[in-house]
Amino acid sequence: MASGESIKLRYDVDGRDFVTCGQASEDVKRTLKSIGIPSASIRRVSIAMYEGEINMVIHGGGGVAEVEIFDDEIKIVLADTGKGIADIDKAMQEGFSTATDDIRELGFGAGMGLPNMKKYSDEFRIESRVGVGTTVTMTIKF
Amino acid sequence: MKLRTIIDILEAEVLTENDESELDIDVHTACGSDMMSDVLAFVKDQGLLLTGLVNPQVVRTAEMVDIVVIAFVRGKRPDDMTVNLANQKGIILLGTNDKMYQACGKLYDAGLGR
Repeated sequence: MASGESIKLRYDVDGRDFVTCGQASEDVKRTLKSIGIPSASIRRVSIAMYEGEINMVIHGGGGVAEVEIFDDEIKIVLADTGKGIADIDKAMQEGFSTATDDIRELGFGAGMGLPNMKKYSDEFRIESRVGVGTTVTMTIKF
Repeated sequence: MKLRTIIDILEAEVLTENDESELDIDVHTACGSDMMSDVLAFVKDQGLLLTGLVNPQVVRTAEMVDIVVIAFVRGKRPDDMTVNLANQKGIILLGTNDKMYQACGKLYDAGLGR
Protein backbone atom coordinates (compact mmCIF):
# COMPACT_ATOMS: atom_id res chain seq x y z
CA MET A 1 0.00 0.00 0.00
CA ALA A 2 1.51 3.32 -1.05
CA SER A 3 1.85 6.05 1.56
CA GLY A 4 -1.30 8.13 1.92
CA GLU A 5 -3.53 5.51 0.34
CA SER A 6 -6.06 3.36 2.16
CA ILE A 7 -7.81 0.02 1.73
CA LYS A 8 -11.59 0.11 2.10
CA LEU A 9 -13.54 -3.05 2.94
CA ARG A 10 -17.26 -3.53 3.45
CA TYR A 11 -19.12 -6.58 4.79
CA ASP A 12 -22.75 -7.47 5.28
CA VAL A 13 -23.10 -9.24 8.62
CA ASP A 14 -25.96 -11.75 8.54
CA GLY A 15 -27.93 -11.40 11.76
CA ARG A 16 -29.52 -14.83 11.49
CA ASP A 17 -26.36 -16.83 11.12
CA PHE A 18 -24.31 -17.47 14.22
CA VAL A 19 -22.32 -20.18 12.40
CA THR A 20 -20.74 -17.90 9.79
CA CYS A 21 -20.33 -14.98 12.20
CA GLY A 22 -16.70 -13.87 12.30
CA GLN A 23 -15.98 -14.11 8.58
CA ALA A 24 -15.55 -10.34 8.23
CA SER A 25 -13.04 -10.29 11.09
CA GLU A 26 -11.18 -13.22 9.53
CA ASP A 27 -10.95 -11.39 6.22
CA VAL A 28 -9.65 -8.22 7.88
CA LYS A 29 -7.09 -10.28 9.80
CA ARG A 30 -5.93 -11.91 6.57
CA THR A 31 -5.67 -8.52 4.84
CA LEU A 32 -3.65 -6.98 7.68
CA LYS A 33 -1.31 -9.96 7.66
CA SER A 34 -0.80 -9.68 3.91
CA ILE A 35 0.34 -6.06 4.17
CA GLY A 36 2.75 -6.78 7.03
CA ILE A 37 1.02 -5.19 10.03
CA PRO A 38 2.66 -6.31 13.34
CA SER A 39 0.97 -9.36 14.87
CA ALA A 40 0.24 -7.66 18.22
CA SER A 41 -1.75 -4.97 16.38
CA ILE A 42 -3.54 -7.58 14.27
CA ARG A 43 -4.61 -9.39 17.42
CA ARG A 44 -6.13 -6.23 18.92
CA VAL A 45 -8.01 -5.53 15.70
CA SER A 46 -9.18 -9.14 15.41
CA ILE A 47 -10.53 -9.33 18.96
CA ALA A 48 -12.25 -5.93 18.84
CA MET A 49 -13.87 -6.54 15.47
CA TYR A 50 -14.87 -10.14 16.22
CA GLU A 51 -16.57 -9.10 19.47
CA GLY A 52 -18.38 -6.43 17.48
CA GLU A 53 -19.51 -8.93 14.87
CA ILE A 54 -20.77 -11.28 17.57
CA ASN A 55 -22.70 -8.39 19.14
CA MET A 56 -24.24 -7.52 15.78
CA VAL A 57 -25.56 -11.06 15.47
CA ILE A 58 -26.60 -11.57 19.11
CA HIS A 59 -28.23 -8.18 19.67
CA GLY A 60 -28.29 -6.20 16.44
CA GLY A 61 -29.99 -8.49 13.94
CA GLY A 62 -27.01 -8.05 11.62
CA GLY A 63 -25.83 -4.98 9.80
CA VAL A 64 -22.88 -3.56 7.93
CA ALA A 65 -19.19 -3.51 8.86
CA GLU A 66 -17.07 -0.88 7.11
CA VAL A 67 -13.31 -0.96 7.52
CA GLU A 68 -10.66 1.44 6.31
CA ILE A 69 -7.00 0.55 6.65
CA PHE A 70 -4.41 3.34 6.60
CA ASP A 71 -0.61 3.16 6.90
CA ASP A 72 -0.68 3.65 10.66
CA GLU A 73 -4.19 2.77 11.83
CA ILE A 74 -7.45 1.04 11.06
CA LYS A 75 -10.94 2.48 11.42
CA ILE A 76 -13.83 0.04 11.93
CA VAL A 77 -17.49 1.12 11.82
CA LEU A 78 -20.06 -1.49 12.83
CA ALA A 79 -23.65 -0.39 12.27
CA ASP A 80 -26.74 -2.44 13.02
CA THR A 81 -30.44 -1.66 12.85
CA GLY A 82 -31.32 -3.72 15.91
CA LYS A 83 -33.19 -2.88 19.07
CA GLY A 84 -30.59 -0.37 20.34
CA ILE A 85 -29.15 0.05 23.84
CA ALA A 86 -31.22 1.85 26.48
CA ASP A 87 -28.39 2.47 28.96
CA ILE A 88 -24.97 2.65 27.31
CA ASP A 89 -23.08 3.22 30.61
CA LYS A 90 -24.55 0.00 31.96
CA ALA A 91 -23.81 -1.88 28.73
CA MET A 92 -20.16 -0.83 29.00
CA GLN A 93 -19.78 -2.41 32.45
CA GLU A 94 -17.90 -5.72 32.53
CA GLY A 95 -20.29 -8.53 33.32
CA PHE A 96 -23.50 -6.75 32.34
CA SER A 97 -25.32 -8.59 29.59
CA THR A 98 -28.82 -8.89 28.17
CA ALA A 99 -27.93 -12.05 26.21
CA THR A 100 -30.24 -15.03 26.54
CA ASP A 101 -29.30 -18.42 28.00
CA ASP A 102 -29.17 -19.81 24.43
CA ILE A 103 -26.35 -17.40 23.62
CA ARG A 104 -24.52 -18.17 26.87
CA GLU A 105 -24.60 -21.85 26.00
CA LEU A 106 -22.70 -20.93 22.83
CA GLY A 107 -19.93 -19.33 24.93
CA PHE A 108 -20.87 -15.66 24.60
CA GLY A 109 -22.99 -13.20 26.54
CA ALA A 110 -20.65 -12.85 29.52
CA GLY A 111 -20.88 -9.07 29.36
CA MET A 112 -17.33 -8.72 28.08
CA GLY A 113 -18.02 -7.75 24.47
CA LEU A 114 -18.23 -3.96 24.62
CA PRO A 115 -15.60 -3.64 27.39
CA ASN A 116 -13.24 -5.82 25.32
CA MET A 117 -13.82 -3.70 22.23
CA LYS A 118 -13.02 -0.54 24.19
CA LYS A 119 -9.99 -2.15 25.85
CA TYR A 120 -8.39 -3.12 22.55
CA SER A 121 -9.19 0.17 20.74
CA ASP A 122 -7.28 3.45 20.83
CA GLU A 123 -10.48 5.35 20.13
CA PHE A 124 -13.92 3.94 20.83
CA ARG A 125 -17.30 5.56 20.24
CA ILE A 126 -20.75 4.08 20.59
CA GLU A 127 -24.00 5.68 19.53
CA SER A 128 -27.34 3.99 20.01
CA ARG A 129 -31.04 4.76 19.83
CA VAL A 130 -33.64 2.36 21.13
CA GLY A 131 -35.62 0.90 18.26
CA VAL A 132 -33.27 2.39 15.65
CA GLY A 133 -29.90 0.66 16.10
CA THR A 134 -26.35 0.93 17.32
CA THR A 135 -23.18 2.14 15.65
CA VAL A 136 -19.75 1.43 17.10
CA THR A 137 -16.68 3.21 15.72
CA MET A 138 -13.24 1.96 16.70
CA THR A 139 -9.79 3.20 15.72
CA ILE A 140 -6.76 1.05 16.40
CA LYS A 141 -3.25 2.35 15.79
CA PHE A 142 -0.61 -0.04 14.52
CA MET B 1 5.90 -28.99 25.91
CA LYS B 2 5.59 -31.01 22.73
CA LEU B 3 2.05 -31.41 21.44
CA ARG B 4 2.67 -35.17 21.32
CA THR B 5 3.27 -35.13 25.07
CA ILE B 6 -0.01 -33.26 25.60
CA ILE B 7 -1.83 -35.83 23.45
CA ASP B 8 -0.31 -38.65 25.53
CA ILE B 9 -1.15 -37.00 28.86
CA LEU B 10 -4.77 -36.38 27.87
CA GLU B 11 -5.01 -39.72 26.04
CA ALA B 12 -6.46 -37.56 23.30
CA GLU B 13 -7.66 -38.32 19.83
CA VAL B 14 -6.57 -35.99 17.00
CA LEU B 15 -9.75 -34.90 15.21
CA THR B 16 -8.27 -32.82 12.39
CA GLU B 17 -6.20 -33.93 9.41
CA ASN B 18 -2.62 -33.23 10.33
CA ASP B 19 0.76 -34.37 9.11
CA GLU B 20 2.84 -36.17 11.69
CA SER B 21 5.25 -33.21 11.68
CA GLU B 22 2.48 -30.85 12.84
CA LEU B 23 2.20 -32.84 16.04
CA ASP B 24 5.83 -32.01 16.83
CA ILE B 25 5.09 -28.36 17.58
CA ASP B 26 5.89 -26.84 20.95
CA VAL B 27 3.04 -25.50 23.09
CA HIS B 28 4.10 -23.18 25.89
CA THR B 29 0.91 -22.23 27.70
CA ALA B 30 -2.76 -23.15 27.94
CA CYS B 31 -6.08 -21.83 29.12
CA GLY B 32 -9.34 -23.56 29.98
CA SER B 33 -12.74 -21.92 29.51
CA ASP B 34 -16.25 -22.49 28.25
CA MET B 35 -16.78 -18.73 27.82
CA MET B 36 -15.31 -17.48 24.58
CA SER B 37 -15.71 -13.88 25.75
CA ASP B 38 -13.32 -14.64 28.60
CA VAL B 39 -10.85 -16.22 26.20
CA LEU B 40 -10.96 -13.05 24.10
CA ALA B 41 -10.59 -10.87 27.21
CA PHE B 42 -7.79 -12.60 29.05
CA VAL B 43 -5.79 -14.77 26.69
CA LYS B 44 -2.11 -13.92 26.17
CA ASP B 45 -0.06 -16.08 23.85
CA GLN B 46 -1.81 -19.24 24.91
CA GLY B 47 -1.10 -22.04 22.50
CA LEU B 48 -3.76 -24.45 23.74
CA LEU B 49 -7.42 -23.90 24.61
CA LEU B 50 -9.25 -26.53 26.65
CA THR B 51 -13.02 -26.23 26.38
CA GLY B 52 -16.26 -28.14 26.58
CA LEU B 53 -17.86 -26.04 23.85
CA VAL B 54 -17.96 -27.59 20.40
CA ASN B 55 -19.48 -24.97 18.07
CA PRO B 56 -17.62 -23.33 15.13
CA GLN B 57 -17.19 -20.08 17.07
CA VAL B 58 -14.66 -21.86 19.27
CA VAL B 59 -12.45 -22.26 16.19
CA ARG B 60 -13.01 -18.64 15.15
CA THR B 61 -12.23 -17.41 18.67
CA ALA B 62 -9.02 -19.45 18.64
CA GLU B 63 -8.04 -17.98 15.30
CA MET B 64 -8.56 -14.41 16.52
CA VAL B 65 -6.15 -14.90 19.42
CA ASP B 66 -3.65 -17.13 17.59
CA ILE B 67 -4.45 -20.28 19.55
CA VAL B 68 -3.13 -23.23 17.55
CA VAL B 69 -4.58 -26.23 19.38
CA ILE B 70 -8.05 -26.80 20.88
CA ALA B 71 -8.72 -29.76 23.18
CA PHE B 72 -12.38 -30.65 23.67
CA VAL B 73 -12.91 -32.10 27.14
CA ARG B 74 -15.61 -34.30 28.74
CA GLY B 75 -15.76 -36.60 25.71
CA LYS B 76 -17.41 -33.93 23.58
CA ARG B 77 -16.77 -34.04 19.85
CA PRO B 78 -17.45 -31.25 17.33
CA ASP B 79 -19.57 -31.65 14.20
CA ASP B 80 -18.07 -31.91 10.71
CA MET B 81 -18.53 -28.20 10.04
CA THR B 82 -16.37 -27.28 13.02
CA VAL B 83 -13.71 -29.85 12.08
CA ASN B 84 -13.67 -28.61 8.47
CA LEU B 85 -13.29 -25.01 9.62
CA ALA B 86 -10.34 -26.00 11.82
CA ASN B 87 -8.73 -27.89 8.93
CA GLN B 88 -9.08 -24.77 6.75
CA LYS B 89 -7.57 -22.54 9.44
CA GLY B 90 -4.74 -24.89 10.32
CA ILE B 91 -5.96 -25.27 13.90
CA ILE B 92 -5.42 -28.70 15.46
CA LEU B 93 -8.39 -30.24 17.29
CA LEU B 94 -8.05 -32.86 20.03
CA GLY B 95 -10.70 -34.78 21.92
CA THR B 96 -10.21 -36.16 25.42
CA ASN B 97 -12.56 -37.93 27.79
CA ASP B 98 -11.03 -36.07 30.75
CA LYS B 99 -13.15 -33.47 32.49
CA MET B 100 -11.93 -29.88 32.35
CA TYR B 101 -10.52 -29.93 35.88
CA GLN B 102 -8.69 -33.20 35.29
CA ALA B 103 -7.29 -32.15 31.93
CA CYS B 104 -6.03 -28.78 33.21
CA GLY B 105 -4.66 -30.39 36.38
CA LYS B 106 -2.73 -33.07 34.50
CA LEU B 107 -1.14 -30.58 32.11
CA TYR B 108 -0.29 -28.12 34.87
CA ASP B 109 1.20 -30.90 36.94
CA ALA B 110 3.33 -31.93 33.96
CA GLY B 111 4.70 -28.38 33.81
CA LEU B 112 2.72 -26.77 31.01
CA GLY B 113 2.44 -23.02 31.56
CA ARG B 114 4.51 -22.99 34.74
